Amino acid sequence: MDITKYTIDLALKPTTFDAWHVCFAGTAAILAGALILTLFALAMSLTRPKGKKTDESEVKIVEKIVQAEPIVKIVEKIVEVPVERIVEVEKIVERLVQTPAPAPVILKEASADAALQLLYLLQNDARFIDFIKEDMSSHSDEDVGMVARVIHEGCNKVLNDHFSFSHICKENEGDRITLLEGFDAAKVRVTGNIVGKPPFTGTIIHKGWQITDVRLPSTVQGYNASVIAPAEVEL
Amino acid sequence: MSFFEQMKKKAVEGSSKKEQDDVQKAENIVEEVNTTLFAPETSNVETNVEVARDVSNESDSNATEFESTQSTATETFSSVIDTSEGKHFSVGIDLGTTHCVLSYADITAGDDEFTQHVMGISQSTSPSVVEEKLQLPSFLYQAHDVELPENSTALPWNAKPEFIVGEIARNLGGKTPIRLVYSAKSWLCHAGVDCKSPILPAESPDEVQRVSPFQATKAYLEHMRDAWLYLHPNAPLSQQDLVITVPASFDPAARELTVEAARSVGLSQAILLEEPQAALYSWIEKTQGEWRKQAQCGDVILVIDVGGGTTDLSLIAVTEKDGVLDLTRVAVGDHILLGGDNMDLALAYTVKAKIEKDGKRLEPWQVQALTHGCREAKEKIFSSDVDSVPLVVPSRGSSLIDGVLRSELTRDEVNNALIEGFLPRVAVHERPISRPRVGLQAKGLPYAQDAGITRHLAAFLAKQQNAADEFDAINLPENATFLHPTAVLFNGGVFKAQELCDRLMDVLNSWLIAENSPEARLLAGADLDLAVARGAAYYGFVRKGKGVRIKGGTAAAYYVGIENAMPAVPGMPPEIQALCIAPFGMEEGSQIELPNDEFGLIVGEQVRFRFFASTTRREDIIGTRLDYWQDDELSELNEIEVTLDQENRRSGEVVSVHLGSAVTEVGTLELRAFSNKDDGRWKIEFDVRN
Repeated sequence: MDITKYTIDLALKPTTFDAWHVCFAGTAAILAGALILTLFALAMSLTRPKGKKTDESEVKIVEKIVQAEPIVKIVEKIVEVPVERIVEVEKIVERLVQTPAPAPVILKEASADAALQLLYLLQNDARFIDFIKEDMSSHSDEDVGMVARVIHEGCNKVLNDHFSFSHICKENEGDRITLLEGFDAAKVRVTGNIVGKPPFTGTIIHKGWQITDVRLPSTVQGYNASVIAPAEVEL
Repeated sequence: MSFFEQMKKKAVEGSSKKEQDDVQKAENIVEEVNTTLFAPETSNVETNVEVARDVSNESDSNATEFESTQSTATETFSSVIDTSEGKHFSVGIDLGTTHCVLSYADITAGDDEFTQHVMGISQSTSPSVVEEKLQLPSFLYQAHDVELPENSTALPWNAKPEFIVGEIARNLGGKTPIRLVYSAKSWLCHAGVDCKSPILPAESPDEVQRVSPFQATKAYLEHMRDAWLYLHPNAPLSQQDLVITVPASFDPAARELTVEAARSVGLSQAILLEEPQAALYSWIEKTQGEWRKQAQCGDVILVIDVGGGTTDLSLIAVTEKDGVLDLTRVAVGDHILLGGDNMDLALAYTVKAKIEKDGKRLEPWQVQALTHGCREAKEKIFSSDVDSVPLVVPSRGSSLIDGVLRSELTRDEVNNALIEGFLPRVAVHERPISRPRVGLQAKGLPYAQDAGITRHLAAFLAKQQNAADEFDAINLPENATFLHPTAVLFNGGVFKAQELCDRLMDVLNSWLIAENSPEARLLAGADLDLAVARGAAYYGFVRKGKGVRIKGGTAAAYYVGIENAMPAVPGMPPEIQALCIAPFGMEEGSQIELPNDEFGLIVGEQVRFRFFASTTRREDIIGTRLDYWQDDELSELNEIEVTLDQENRRSGEVVSVHLGSAVTEVGTLELRAFSNKDDGRWKIEFDVRN
């Protein structure tokens, strides 16, 4: 047996491409290409800030830049972008945290118009502002009590006309109830000897109030809500 | 954008596509009717729809009451814009003296189910504020040019309504009565007044622009038509089955005016229904078939409807035919201008007298505030066991306590003023007191002079003693002096006070017992405030053959006055005969002619007839001539007139005609003149001019 015949010459290179070689070469090229594309896409998505795709499907963009300031209370600036077609309501909150800061607290600014409207209703139907603003020190308890009846009645009517109320606890005050684990801490406030783990058992001190329906009147555009009682001049 | 993000976006788009379309559609509608007035709100349709509702502006709701009213409100109240197409509704409008109410039911399906709602009517409640309320106060305010800020009376469907109506009109008018039009409906039935001439507000300076009672009625209907369209953009009111209620005591001219007002706002399909009948329909609907157990053959149901400004009485006989209960309206009362508002006023004057005893003088605004306070105090006294409710009228200035007016209303005063004043215990033979009107009577409404509703009731029952004679099932005792009702149905917010119901039943039963008849029973389950509108909507359903229908026809017989052919007697007006041209109980859709009585009418000249009605002469047939009659048998209405047009005829030619009458499907009476020679025919108009 001539062993030399079996010697493999490693320096030997194929002079012709057979099908196998073509396949190998192709696969290697595709893998390299895919790797490059993936890296590119990754790089792109990292450089692009999140949520910048503001399509026409957004109504409000709330921008907020939290500076490294010691103040925790942050008043948001709400920028309303008018969009031709209003499609859906979606809030996108963008936050760029430049330096480590306390977790941002997003405070919602109350709408003044609705508050003014309620004051208008209370004043108009119940003389609420007149009553509260009156100097009580110069009047006797009897007089105040007498007028208070009118105000009370009127305010009650305003509240009932424009809101639906319900108690949070259906049981009576003074009853003992048990709060299971996962109770809604916004609806039920526990006080006193808060130790251990739920279920908690305690006495209902206050049944709580909840508004189940709000029915405020509509107003015409241009309505000056700050006038809660026009001056009255009899001719 | 990665593939996943793409997919996600598509999915989001797909799911919200439908919503977008809906929102877009609704927006378009809002914009159409809105003329950019409500611009900030239009972007969110819900804001516009979500308006406050008021179950009853008279209800003084405490917490527990509130819960109960809420549950009914959710059931009946519907204020969501309904954009669906192809729906058909039966709509009932209670066109009241002080309030209008609109009730409706979807009858698209045509099945036997009937679920109805009361529509919240959007209206201005004060300048620039729009609220939805179950009742539209029937008030119209003629504001001064500079009185209100620009655009402050805008409605969701109209930036500048021609007239200010509803809650805002009542509120503004409370402080400026010279510009307030109220009780327009009562004027429609006021003989001697031209209802199409601008006469309201009746007592105001010349500068205030006036409207006619007819125009005011139109304005209320127009408002409700538009409020309806706002909530049902694809189902205009003009395409729905519409029933408008009128008092049973409305004369043919007033009914005609009501229909004409509806026609002039495009509601020409409207038909009329008498209010007490509507109340009974509502009761029938509410009992859900149980009414057949509560009413039986031989019953005479007395419907007592005391509204804000009028009292309306009707009698309905229950008979049996082929095993089925039949209802027939056999009698209606006179037009009595006496209602719940009189009661509040009576209380206010009681308190006013008490305050003025100390030498204090009350200003008009204080009396008004007292009236309002008394209404609430009355409800409190009636609904609880307190014996006195303090009344406080704060000063008008920003300081409440200085100049405050203080008094109280006691149970005794309420009992005296209301129960003894309006429902006195009287014998059945007593009649309303009518004093001769003194001196110059200001041009105003002929308010009832006697506030005793029980006396009016006694007079009505006695006058109608023979109303049910034609029915074998209904038999009065031999010595009866009045028609004995066996059941009573109350209607009107006044009867929320149990004491008033009890007293009225007491008095009626005392009359019945005195004549050896069993006591009348109270039909339970009536909805006092909204029954008339609800019953009207139900009537539209009944007309489709879906329930029992109250028969009745015309509630009176009608006559024209003809001069007797006799030698003239100096100083004496010629005597007249009454010729019956429409008998009692003419059914809708029937017509009759009177060929044997000929009249010569001159072409081109207006001919006028005196016109009479009788609610008691049931046996007169067409052509009956009366030479004499009792004073209370016939009442004279406004004259009627006919002008023969000159078409094909010479002016001055005498044409021989005969008269005829028809009751339209709508429920109005039509009088016609027919030529005896050719087929010429002319409409005889109810005179609305004076």
